[in-house]
Amino acid sequence: MTTVDADPGAAAARATDAILRDTLGATERGVVVDSPPGAGKSTLVVRAALELAEAGRPLMVVAQTNAQVDDLVLRLAEKNPELPVGRLHSSDADAYDKALDELPQVRTSAKAADLAGLPVVLSTAAKWAHVRVDEPWRHAIVDEAYQMRSDSLLAVAGLFERALFVGDPGQLDPFAIVGSEQWAGLSYDPSASAVTTLLAHNPGLPQHRLPVSWRLPASAAPLVSDAFYPYTPFRSGTGPGDRRLSFAVPSDGSGPDRVIDEAAATGWGLLELPARHTPRTDPEAVRAVAAVVRRLLDRGGAAVSERSPDPVPLTAARIAVGTAHRDQAAAVRAALADLGVLGVTVDTANRLQGREYDITVVLHPLSGRPDATAFHLETGRLCVLASRHRHACVVVCREGVSDLLDDYPSTEPVQLGTLVKFPDGWEANHAVLAHLAEHRVGWRP
Amino acid sequence: MPLIDTLARLEAVGSGRAQPTATVRHRHLSGRPLVFVPLTTAGEAGAPLGALVGTDRDAPRLLVVPQPRDRDLRFTFLAELADVILPYIDSHAADVETAERTETDPETGKRVKVETELCADAPQLIVPSRTGLAFVRLLGRSMRFRRTAEQDPQAPYPAPPRVPLLGRWLTHYGERSRVPGSALLLALTDVLSRHWATGQSGLEDQHLGALLAWLDPPAGTSGAEAAREAELARDPAGQLRCPPAGPATDPAFDNKLLAPAIERYDRARTALAAAEDPLEADDRLAALTRAEREIRELIESQARPTWDAVWRGLDLLRALPAGGHAEERWTRDRWSFTGHRDRVLAGEPPQPRRDDAVTAANKLATREREQARLEAQEALDDPLVMAGRRLAGEAFAGEVTEVVMAYGEGRRPSPRPLVTVRTEDRPHLAERAKVYRSLAGRPQSAQFVERAAEDAIVLRILDKMGRGKEPEPGSVPEKGDRVCFTLFEHEQRGGAKLPDPEETPWTHGGPPGEAVPEAADRITEEDVL
Repeated sequence: MTTVDADPGAAAARATDAILRDTLGATERGVVVDSPPGAGKSTLVVRAALELAEAGRPLMVVAQTNAQVDDLVLRLAEKNPELPVGRLHSSDADAYDKALDELPQVRTSAKAADLAGLPVVLSTAAKWAHVRVDEPWRHAIVDEAYQMRSDSLLAVAGLFERALFVGDPGQLDPFAIVGSEQWAGLSYDPSASAVTTLLAHNPGLPQHRLPVSWRLPASAAPLVSDAFYPYTPFRSGTGPGDRRLSFAVPSDGSGPDRVIDEAAATGWGLLELPARHTPRTDPEAVRAVAAVVRRLLDRGGAAVSERSPDPVPLTAARIAVGTAHRDQAAAVRAALADLGVLGVTVDTANRLQGREYDITVVLHPLSGRPDATAFHLETGRLCVLASRHRHACVVVCREGVSDLLDDYPSTEPVQLGTLVKFPDGWEANHAVLAHLAEHRVGWRP
Repeated sequence: MPLIDTLARLEAVGSGRAQPTATVRHRHLSGRPLVFVPLTTAGEAGAPLGALVGTDRDAPRLLVVPQPRDRDLRFTFLAELADVILPYIDSHAADVETAERTETDPETGKRVKVETELCADAPQLIVPSRTGLAFVRLLGRSMRFRRTAEQDPQAPYPAPPRVPLLGRWLTHYGERSRVPGSALLLALTDVLSRHWATGQSGLEDQHLGALLAWLDPPAGTSGAEAAREAELARDPAGQLRCPPAGPATDPAFDNKLLAPAIERYDRARTALAAAEDPLEADDRLAALTRAEREIRELIESQARPTWDAVWRGLDLLRALPAGGHAEERWTRDRWSFTGHRDRVLAGEPPQPRRDDAVTAANKLATREREQARLEAQEALDDPLVMAGRRLAGEAFAGEVTEVVMAYGEGRRPSPRPLVTVRTEDRPHLAERAKVYRSLAGRPQSAQFVERAAEDAIVLRILDKMGRGKEPEPGSVPEKGDRVCFTLFEHEQRGGAKLPDPEETPWTHGGPPGEAVPEAADRITEEDVL
């Protein structure tokens, strides 16, 4: 590491400049950017979009969900209120965020023809797939490309000449609801990620990496980087003392309070319940998650960060609960409602992708399970859950997960011709557990 | 595993009998299915050992390869198999009805209705287990690229006529069986486990004998005992009393009975070839025939119990009334069959070894759509399946306690009545979530408004109420009605059209280029004994 790298801002700026040079220079048909959690991916997309638009190149932006598209439109509008922007949407009711209607420069339509000629048009991959054009766009930006399936890239790739692909390789891979082993090993396996297919066919494309996570605190970046990005390490944009969490009300000595204090001090906390095999919606674990959230709010938390020198109160909107399954999320919501907690986001890993909170409370995917399936071991799931927070992450889990991991090594069949992903979920789970063990608070509710 | 299936399995363990997980039959069963019980040789993938095949449960056709490594004998077997299966297929190909299909007019690009043929019924193949499905695909792949002497006079080992054609059909059936809800080719263990839960694991359910033991245990024994008996019981000679459903055979059978019999056959054949005068040859031919008959008897002893078990399983399934949407899915199977019939008639080449990018993506999209459709249709057809979805929070049923008329905004106010449903179910309703109910077979959608109480859900009905200001009679639930709403959609939208294979984009390797006729696998020295 050279001394120049000491400043994370400078390192990030250099990476961004190189990406924009390759994108605007456009010698290759594609540019791929790997972005770890919170590394400023959206900022990059917005900046690249603005520069391409300024250079007079008609641009289409492909994102994966309507929420992502709306978010990008709002960010573009914030950065450049002059720029006319098209938002292509589906013909369903509530197809897009009504906030877009307030913006005079944003034109919304369900027909691509209505938006012809605008410098930037944004939509979801699913909607773009229905668009037919005589002349392709000169440029495209594909956001969350690692979460896009190869077949949905196939449906839209004819719409553009060249593209910037941006995404986080560590998050959840796209999935199919039916078996697709039949195509495993083919370079264009339709269930693989868009980037996998793209690079298999175009191995020479320039690949970049954003080196700094602005979201993850200094306590979390090394763990997440080591556990989930072992060959493409990144660092946090802030130092150890830059973020602090404090509580007005002292601990009452209960398990939830002790784990909150541990997490506030070190960035991580593991609330460990006694070993037991439970149904997925383990009532004790669910209540423990709810109790932690309740205490986080009751104890008058305040967060200090590089964004503001004054403590910012920790509100419900800044807390999220992450689970593996939807029924678990529903159970946590019900438990929170019983405790009178409102406004806390509770969702599955899939839906928390790309979101950011001050504190996350995670129900460990393997907690209480008698077995470890490929779903629960998936690297991306744990990575998403462990990388949504700016300050601290509290994991609620039953004892015995590391034994469970030892009993269930990965047994997915090896398919010829497929890229083996490193690290595998088994290894990543062990790495995270080993780290969490240092921040363990045992609790018998 | 869904919670309701776990509960059903627990009940099966408790009661010692399989428990129903469906009240209707969710797969179409043909009145005259073709049952195919193949056996394979240990140690070599795709080397058939024999098969029982036919449409008459009392008179299966026994086909045997006395020396499974002999390619000529294998071709003879495949030719015989073609002689059974292809006439069965042909008997369905001729009987057609007219139907309409929407196609894109190549000149105008518009969607137009075209009158076309649709086979009135389709041939249905039943194999005992999932490994049987894989074997059908394997046979298909091994045959479809073979060339007959007529197609290619230079082919070093020409296949008997019709064998490549059988390969194409088996390939089509093997591919179709990957489409959820399809019934052209069924693995009986899969269909049975769809309708009953046993007290054993899903893996153990793949053993047809054990599965049937749970479904229908002999009087006085529990399913668990009977299943154990079916899996493990051996006669004094060390042979399984219930041979596995194949295609793999039991190693004890292979080692103790089959291998010595094949060896005797080989010796008899060598002796016959070495015979020097006709009289000697006559004797040796008789010895060879004896050796062959011995192998035939052995193979029948292994396949016949499975054959009978398959028909018993079909009886159990036939006792269930057909599910409402099973016929509609069968119609799609008939389209699939008709489509392949037309491709064969048009002289198209066999299915390629690997799908191209566009074909693969299209197949995946179709299967995902069919999976979602199947899940919705099974729930709508079957209250027991719906109960599972309700338990999982994906649907709710209850009584309408209040209906308040309300109108939507807009120039022409349309009815948007608010309906309160009292239910003990606990659906995972997100804010403004859409829910659906079946109204005379068509989905009516509503929007979740609020929970008026712990057990009261307020919905706003959104459509299917006609064009007038007042909703059409019967289109809005009334107080006291029992209703069932689902959180999942009942019908699936078609996906976007993918580019043609010739227009495969650069991200996916560009166009695949002209199709070249594919050669069958090269024949290696080990291939020819």
